[in-house]
Amino acid sequence: MINWQAFTPWSALAGGILIGLAAALFALCNGRIAGISGVLGGLLHPARGDIAWRAAFVLGLLAAPLVYVLFAALPKPQIDAQYASLVVAGLLVGVGTRYGSGCTSGHGVCGLARLSPRSLAATAAFMGAGFLTVFVLRHLAGA
Amino acid sequence: MPVFTALLAGLVFGLGLLVSGMANPAKVLGFLDLAGRWDPSLVFVMAGAIAVSAAAFMVARKRTVSFLGVEMKLPAARQIDRRLMIGSMLFGIGWGIAGFCPGPGLVALGMGEIKALVFVAAMLAGMGVFELLERGKAGAASTGGAAQAE
Repeated sequence: MINWQAFTPWSALAGGILIGLAAALFALCNGRIAGISGVLGGLLHPARGDIAWRAAFVLGLLAAPLVYVLFAALPKPQIDAQYASLVVAGLLVGVGTRYGSGCTSGHGVCGLARLSPRSLAATAAFMGAGFLTVFVLRHLAGA
Repeated sequence: MPVFTALLAGLVFGLGLLVSGMANPAKVLGFLDLAGRWDPSLVFVMAGAIAVSAAAFMVARKRTVSFLGVEMKLPAARQIDRRLMIGSMLFGIGWGIAGFCPGPGLVALGMGEIKALVFVAAMLAGMGVFELLERGKAGAASTGGAAQAE
C-alpha cells in the first residue's frame, strides 16, 4: 500500500538529478566515484595528495544545509532511533560499507549508472537487508 | 582546482539529499517499510541520479585523465565475493535500524543534529575497526589484495 501523503516524486526526482550532477562532476573532474563511504573512509588511511580533496568533499556535504537555507527553510530531519540504536547502526554502516566497498552512493547510484554487476549485487544485498531489518523491527518486534 | 570541484561535488550532492528528502531518516525508513505504508520516493531519487550520472560515466570511462588532468580512478573490481555481500548486508541492517546511510548522516550533522553526530561518530568508529582489521591482515599477507572499489 503506497503512502500517497508521504510520496514526493517531483522533489525526489529533482534531488536525484542534483545528486547525479554531483556524481558527474566528480567523475569528470576528479576521476573518481562519488562514493561517500569510500571518500570518508579513505581519510582514515591517508595517502599523500589524497587528504585535501577527500576533506573538501566531506566539507561540501556538511556545508550543504548552510547553502540550502539561503534558498528555502531547512526541513527538520526526523530521527526516531534512540541513541543506543544510532550507535549500533553507525557501527554496522561503518564496517559494512568498508567491507562492501561502498554504500548507497557508490554502489546504488554510481555503480548502477556504470552498469556494474558487482554494484547491482551489493545494492540488492543492502536494500534486501534494509527491507528485512525494517520489517523485523516494525512488524515483528513492534518497535 | 580538484579540491574545489570536490567541494562543489560534495555540496551539490548534499543539496540533492536535502531537496529529495533523503537527509530525513524517517522518509528513508518509509521507503524501507515495504509492508507498511510505503513511500516510493527513494526510487525516484535513484532514477534521477542514475540517469544523469550514467551519461557522465560513459564519457569518463573512455578517458585516462579527467578534464582537470587528474588520473582516472574509477573502480575496476568485478568479482562478487563474500566480502562484498556480507559487508553490504551489514550496511543494510544498520541502514534499516536508523534510516541513515553515510551521506545523509553527514548532511544531518551539518544541520547540527546531535543524533546525527552520534551516528557519524559510531560510523567512523566502525570504519576505524575495518582499518585495524585490514592492517592486521596486510601485516600478515604483506599485500592488501582486495580491491578498494569505492
